[in-house]
Amino acid sequence: MAIGSVLVRRLGSGLLAILGASLLTFGFLHLVPGDPVDHLAGGDAPPGVRAAIERCMGLDRSLPVQFVSFLGHVVDGTLGHQCKSGDPGGPTVAARIAEVMPHTIALALCGMAVAVVLALPLGIAAALRRGSWLDTAATVISLSGIAVPQMMFAPLLLLWGFVTLRWFPGPTEVGPRAIVLPAIAVGSHLMAMLARMTRSTMVEVLGEDYVRTARAKGLAEHRVVLYHALRNALLPVITIVGLQFGSLLSGAIIIENVFSRPGLGATLVEAIRERNYPVVQGAVLVIAVIYVGVNLAVDLAYGLADPRVRRA
Amino acid sequence: MTRARGRLALSPSAWLGAAMLAVFAAAGILGPIVAPYDLSLPRVELAHQFEASSAAHWLGTDASGRDTLSQLLWGARSALELSMIVVAISSVSGLLIGTVAGWFGGAVDEIVMRVVDVLMAFPGILLNIAIVATVAHPGVPLTIAALCANGWVGYARVARGQVLALRDRDYVTAAVAIGASHRRIMVRHLIPNLIATTVVQMSFGLGGVILIEASLSFLGIGPQLDYTWGAMLEQARNFLWNTDWVRVYAVVPGLAITWVVLGANLLGDGLRDRLDPRQRRRA
Repeated sequence: MAIGSVLVRRLGSGLLAILGASLLTFGFLHLVPGDPVDHLAGGDAPPGVRAAIERCMGLDRSLPVQFVSFLGHVVDGTLGHQCKSGDPGGPTVAARIAEVMPHTIALALCGMAVAVVLALPLGIAAALRRGSWLDTAATVISLSGIAVPQMMFAPLLLLWGFVTLRWFPGPTEVGPRAIVLPAIAVGSHLMAMLARMTRSTMVEVLGEDYVRTARAKGLAEHRVVLYHALRNALLPVITIVGLQFGSLLSGAIIIENVFSRPGLGATLVEAIRERNYPVVQGAVLVIAVIYVGVNLAVDLAYGLADPRVRRA
Repeated sequence: MTRARGRLALSPSAWLGAAMLAVFAAAGILGPIVAPYDLSLPRVELAHQFEASSAAHWLGTDASGRDTLSQLLWGARSALELSMIVVAISSVSGLLIGTVAGWFGGAVDEIVMRVVDVLMAFPGILLNIAIVATVAHPGVPLTIAALCANGWVGYARVARGQVLALRDRDYVTAAVAIGASHRRIMVRHLIPNLIATTVVQMSFGLGGVILIEASLSFLGIGPQLDYTWGAMLEQARNFLWNTDWVRVYAVVPGLAITWVVLGANLLGDGLRDRLDPRQRRRA
């Protein structure tokens, strides 16, 4: 099958999944008992304000009309209005998301960098020296990275870096120095997964015939490892990196919470708590688009990198 | 090598994982009985806030002067209950849904896979948060429902994939030829072949459920039980700057979670190596 028709099919099912996720969120929001206007306006707001918020959110219209108008806001790029004060001219949902996105992207990139820089050498070294103390150490590090909950690791990291060492700024601050601790917290977990993956695929690839051939024809060991083995072993690793990057972009909720950082995940959790329907809808849509898009990109990259996959 | 030692031979690390989970199970079952203090009685003694380790309180006390060790044991009970129920419901329903989708194919399969796509279009924990946030004080049943809502997806995907590979086997064709019903084929010929991988997934799944439940409690939207490990971590975080003993209080439930997740992963790895011959030559 041509790569073009595969692409069209995948795009189609991706769009369907995004639409489904929006419908699911929409359904959930309207299942919620309790009046969203109470949450946004406070219980004792004057009836005029309440009515304005209700009109702004479109709650006075039927459910299908509300969903269609949401889709309209997707098309015009505003994703609707926040409706906090009931003023339809107020800031849009897109503006609120655009405000936090740079923080989310910065954290995702830094966390990913920490993870990749540590995980690749660790995984490769462990695979090359199987059964050695280095391999055992790598296994212990990666297993504990997976098992230690971020809810314990992140606060202790903050305590150590901010209170004990006084090297890094505390929570709520933003800036280049303030991203170090959250990036370590995010990266440590990822690093664990990547190191495990790198090790197991390297072990597998090192046993392949083409590696034996490369050695047999007298190539230097570092060439065999770097050019023949690593290139092939990286494929599954790239998949994990891609998928995890997608989930990082949609928000490292726990880390953002501990370090009181603004971000997409924090915005969504806050919006769910305050029952701000338009913000929840918009944030879920952005997350679904990122997630599905990254999945698609990973698949395409896979096909380009490995001719064997392209035929499938 | 593993094969030579018989059907049940597991690697030492898998046995270690199983032993760690056994300790967790014992703590969950016996914990509230052997705990030094009965936490079902409301008791706040601010004078004893964050006390150091002593004969009366082996692991010190929390912000309300309650015994840390007792909270840890009560937390083990709720973690055990919740994770067992969620893993049981998710695995059984996922296994059935995946088998049905893979066996019947066509429209049934298409619908199931589209639902799977939707549930995988955003990170799982967001769906969990959205569900528990529908009420002000989520109870245990709602938390279980939230964790099961997307918990079945992984089991279903794997089961479906395996059924697609199994459906062309000779013994399945033979069963169809002698007129076996769909139900009989699925129950007698397909599902028994899926049990091994499902058990592996359940082991990993147990660790995942413990982590997600603790995350929800940490964000203050978990099951409104008195004592969960996630809620202990949240309390510790709020008092982190106060005294040295808060750090002990913060580390104790964190290590408990680490213990269970580590045990689940070690056992899962060992079972996978043992049960899935394709994976055996790795690692």
